[in-house]
Amino acid sequence: MKEISGYYDKEASLLSAVKSLRDNNIKIKDVFSPYPVHGLDHAMGLRRSWLPRAAFIGGAVGAISGFGFQAWVFTRAYPINIGGKPLMAVPSFIPVTFECAILFAAFAIVLSYLFKSHLGAGADNKIYDERATDDRFVVVLDTADIDNNEAEKIKSKFEDSGAMDVKYQD
Amino acid sequence: MENLNLTFKFSKKIKIVLTVLIFIGLAALVYGILNYSPEKIWSALLLNSVNFLTIGLGATFFVAVHAITQSGWHVSIQRIPEAISMYLPIGAIFMIIMLFGLNHVFHWIHEVHHDPIIANKEAFLNVPFFIARLIIYLSVWISLTYMLRKISKDSDVGDGQKSLIKSRTYAAIFMVFFALSIVVFAWDWLMSIEAHWFSTLFGWYVLSGVIVKSFAAIIIVLAILRYLGYMEFITKENIHDLARYLFSFGIFWMYLWFSQFMLIWYANIPEETFYFIKRIDDYRFLFFLNLALNFLIPFLVLVIRKFRRVLWIVTAMAVVVFIGQWVDQYLMIFPGTMKKVPTIGFFDIGLTIGFIGIFLWSVLYSLTKANLLSKNHPYLEESFHYENT
Repeated sequence: MKEISGYYDKEASLLSAVKSLRDNNIKIKDVFSPYPVHGLDHAMGLRRSWLPRAAFIGGAVGAISGFGFQAWVFTRAYPINIGGKPLMAVPSFIPVTFECAILFAAFAIVLSYLFKSHLGAGADNKIYDERATDDRFVVVLDTADIDNNEAEKIKSKFEDSGAMDVKYQD
Repeated sequence: MENLNLTFKFSKKIKIVLTVLIFIGLAALVYGILNYSPEKIWSALLLNSVNFLTIGLGATFFVAVHAITQSGWHVSIQRIPEAISMYLPIGAIFMIIMLFGLNHVFHWIHEVHHDPIIANKEAFLNVPFFIARLIIYLSVWISLTYMLRKISKDSDVGDGQKSLIKSRTYAAIFMVFFALSIVVFAWDWLMSIEAHWFSTLFGWYVLSGVIVKSFAAIIIVLAILRYLGYMEFITKENIHDLARYLFSFGIFWMYLWFSQFMLIWYANIPEETFYFIKRIDDYRFLFFLNLALNFLIPFLVLVIRKFRRVLWIVTAMAVVVFIGQWVDQYLMIFPGTMKKVPTIGFFDIGLTIGFIGIFLWSVLYSLTKANLLSKNHPYLEESFHYENT
């Protein structure tokens, strides 16, 4: 068997289960929940998300390309005198630069989120329980290199921590 | 937290320091009267009166926003903005003193009969209506601030939940009145200095400045209290949230500043551009310093998450924003009232130091009047334990 999954119906029992599994040095592969659970990141020992960095890089690229494009258009490609302003009229470039920064940052966030969570078009994810989008929490452990004895122990740990159900997955 | 009964002691040492600050202010005032024209003195008084009055007002805004949204994170620091808002009556006294110097600051008062542009605006810009408006704002602001403060103080002996629900009503009334009145207040006391010029965005621009500088003041007072050995229960998360306010409203200020500037720059109508031409040509250094202090420096520092969680860095940025807002206010007032470009010297800075003394005295005195924690607030525990991601 490759994976063991435990099913929970309460946020509190999920959190305590994740904590007790980690205290027993059992590696958690993933947790599925219908909504963001407060404190789960901390309990799972996840590092801080890289999303802000992706947003920053996207924003910086957007700002530079937005500004650069306007500068190129108004001074090189199609110089045109607008209201007697200089060709390189920086204040008038700011709104477009700002909007480009926001747009690219938003793209960077959405795309990196979809990439990281294996979502979006063409995604083929294993569904552990359909109710994980409604009122169930699923904890998945990677047990590819564990024998049956060990797996039974893990199963009992799951049951001790208040799991409603434990399943072996192939 | 075992003991929720914490009181602030206004020690003699602090009183001596504040008295010294106030005396520096008085010395500066005397020095100014002996050396400078009445225009400059009244302009400086106007700057400080408006600056500190609006800080008190912004503190009530802080209280009201969090009462309406029923937020929990701010509860452990709630008594600081409440104490700051108690400066309002003193600020009101200074505004009333300002009424004696209107002639020296507002040129529309004596030019109304031989200036057709100002004559057109007479229905709004006339002294009796001007004073009536001032009295309306001040009385409503002060009475609502006192109501909110009283409800919060009562909650210490009564039922916190009931007080929270009660305070929402007054907070909502305050928010609506504040949003409208601060705009008219900005027209009256800041925009009408140059009565020929107008900008529809000006009120909102002043509003954003008011909010950002009162957040800066809250952070500075918090840092002072921490320095004096109080408020140990403040967590890094509280500081993080205050820093986020400072950061985001700094961006909001810049947004409005730039919106106003760019529209005037782009449209290039002489009636509007003269305002900025004067400021860029004659006050070039302050004009760009204003942008650096209010936006560039706080933005570049507070954009880093680690720095937003360190009290001394956040406080340093709050001081930068406070000075920046002073410069912003200076640029709103002095280019309009002074014929020659004035220099900033002992008088301007000393007078502000004096006002800081009075302001801090009022704030610290108000802090002694109530428990340092609003201990019956239903969300008190949340503000100790919540975590930012």
